[in-house]
Amino acid sequence: MKLRTPLIWLFCLSALLVVPFYLKTYGVHLLTTWLIFIIATMGLNLTTGYAGQKSLGQAAFFGIGAYTVAIFLKLGISFWIGLPTGALLCFLAGVLLGFPALRVQTIYLAFATLGFNTAVWLVMRNEEWLTGGTFGMNNIARPSLFGFSLDNNRNFYFLALSATVIMALLLKGLIHSPWGKSFTALRDNPIRAESLGINTRSYTLMSFAIGAAYAGIAGGLYASLVQFIDPSLFTVGASIMMYLMVVVGGPGYFLGPVLGSAVGIVLPEWLRFAQAWYLLIFGVAVILLMIWLPDGLLSIPERIRARKAARLASLARSTQANQNIALMERETLSKAAQLNEASQVKS
Amino acid sequence: MSDFLQLLLSGLATGSIYALAALGFTLLWQASGTINFAQGEFVMLPAFLMIIFMQMDISFFASFIITCAASVVLLGWLFKRGLVDPLFKHGMMPIVVATIGLSIAMRNGVRAGYSAQPLSFPSLFTNNVYHFAGISVSSSDIGTFLMAMVLVLLTQTFITKTVTGRAMQAVAQNTESASVLGINVPRMIFYTFAINAILAAAAALLVTPTYLAKFDMGESLGNKAFFAAIIGGFNNSNGALIGGLLVGVCENLAAAYISPAYKDAVALIIFMIVILFKPQGLLGRKEERKV
Repeated sequence: MKLRTPLIWLFCLSALLVVPFYLKTYGVHLLTTWLIFIIATMGLNLTTGYAGQKSLGQAAFFGIGAYTVAIFLKLGISFWIGLPTGALLCFLAGVLLGFPALRVQTIYLAFATLGFNTAVWLVMRNEEWLTGGTFGMNNIARPSLFGFSLDNNRNFYFLALSATVIMALLLKGLIHSPWGKSFTALRDNPIRAESLGINTRSYTLMSFAIGAAYAGIAGGLYASLVQFIDPSLFTVGASIMMYLMVVVGGPGYFLGPVLGSAVGIVLPEWLRFAQAWYLLIFGVAVILLMIWLPDGLLSIPERIRARKAARLASLARSTQANQNIALMERETLSKAAQLNEASQVKS
Repeated sequence: MSDFLQLLLSGLATGSIYALAALGFTLLWQASGTINFAQGEFVMLPAFLMIIFMQMDISFFASFIITCAASVVLLGWLFKRGLVDPLFKHGMMPIVVATIGLSIAMRNGVRAGYSAQPLSFPSLFTNNVYHFAGISVSSSDIGTFLMAMVLVLLTQTFITKTVTGRAMQAVAQNTESASVLGINVPRMIFYTFAINAILAAAAALLVTPTYLAKFDMGESLGNKAFFAAIIGGFNNSNGALIGGLLVGVCENLAAAYISPAYKDAVALIIFMIVILFKPQGLLGRKEERKV
């Protein structure tokens, strides 16, 4: 078991390294988009799945990251400065938004983030001097790394892949640190977590801001991938889609975003024949998923395990009961025999 | 000053439609803890149903009645049995996610199955403009406002004055005690869903002439209704009225005096201020709960 897990990881990683050499340009592009959305939804998974804060504004942070890179490039500032700046801006925006919004929970937070998304979208659409308005910003140049040009789609794919792996490892480290444990403690039982001395407010704020920074990184990469951005990419609808990706994959499962982004990004391409009907099918699928698997697709193995355990337990119970009955029967029989003997002796 | 009054009046007309959608939203929340993210689509669907019925040469009034009946079946009964009942045991968030799914499905179902183009919709009111003390008001604004107010007040009266309405309130306040007192709880909850469906159909009748029938017309209407409901106070049905009117009026004033481009951010700003100072909403009761 201990040897198997790293072997599986190694296999997946090498598959991801080899696959782009067998794909056409569009396939590589699609895979890169998938990786970028994994980063964005990983951040959202931290906020929503691990810390339990429902955020419907991830696309706004995604957009802030994308526009920061685009605007910096227009000013002649390198991508490598724009990307971390975008993440930092998202982190700060996350703190500023989270401060009032996290006073309230669940559905209120969802609406606050949703409204924030609308506000950011309005700025992108209206401030033409900064963002180009509805025309968007085009000719976003791809960066180069150590003299390597990333103009080539395959090279850019490897940049996205390494970014995804680095962000995933960082997240893994965070979740397994005492910090990460506090996040989950907060989600599972906020009152108890608080009584154990966890500062609820600052932890939720941190989880929210870090999740936002992840979206900022993803947005910066996305701007560089598509080389043209406009406000329509960062609407409330896009945020809701990201939230659904997390929920479909399984909130609070480390690999949930990987599966969820595949459902949200790659699957629509396969289901191209369905065209306009695809989103109808998707919506209905979300409803059915909530009814049968409210914890997402990745809860299936756990479900099966739980069911098996339940069946084994009930089996054990029934055999135990049968044994008890047999035991009781034997006891009564032997008692009857003793009484019989006793009566025979008397007579 | 006359500009201001004019803006105020047309803002009230828009706001009263928000209030109508927000009222249904609050009722559902009170009776069954359902947050309906598809509330905007619940207004969009009746608009399209009415268009379909009118194309079958059914008169305007008759098709509205049929639409109301169809809404009660589809958006009331089917919604409750198919989505809310099976998810009720899982708590609030799965219902929210499922209604998000429902809104995506409804929006794209109409787009793929009927039309992606905006369709015109006959107005209830003749389009006269009245001039009065330097203010000009269109009759459709007045008509919309009055009709929405009548509907809101009728709903309020029904809830507070009739036996059925009071039973519905009892269910909303304390389900267990209500069932001990012999109130048929599932039926009362169904009534709430039915009222929500009828209010949505009425809102469609009022909003569609100006906004046109389009598959995504529900998106912004739904959002405004949520914000209005929260601003006014979720656990108070007068809150929906106040919140809706406030959002409508402020939006209109902001569009005229500040910037029309940022009109849609007004609801958010009021919402943020309200939850900073009074998280339970302007008229809401405080629910004692830590974190």
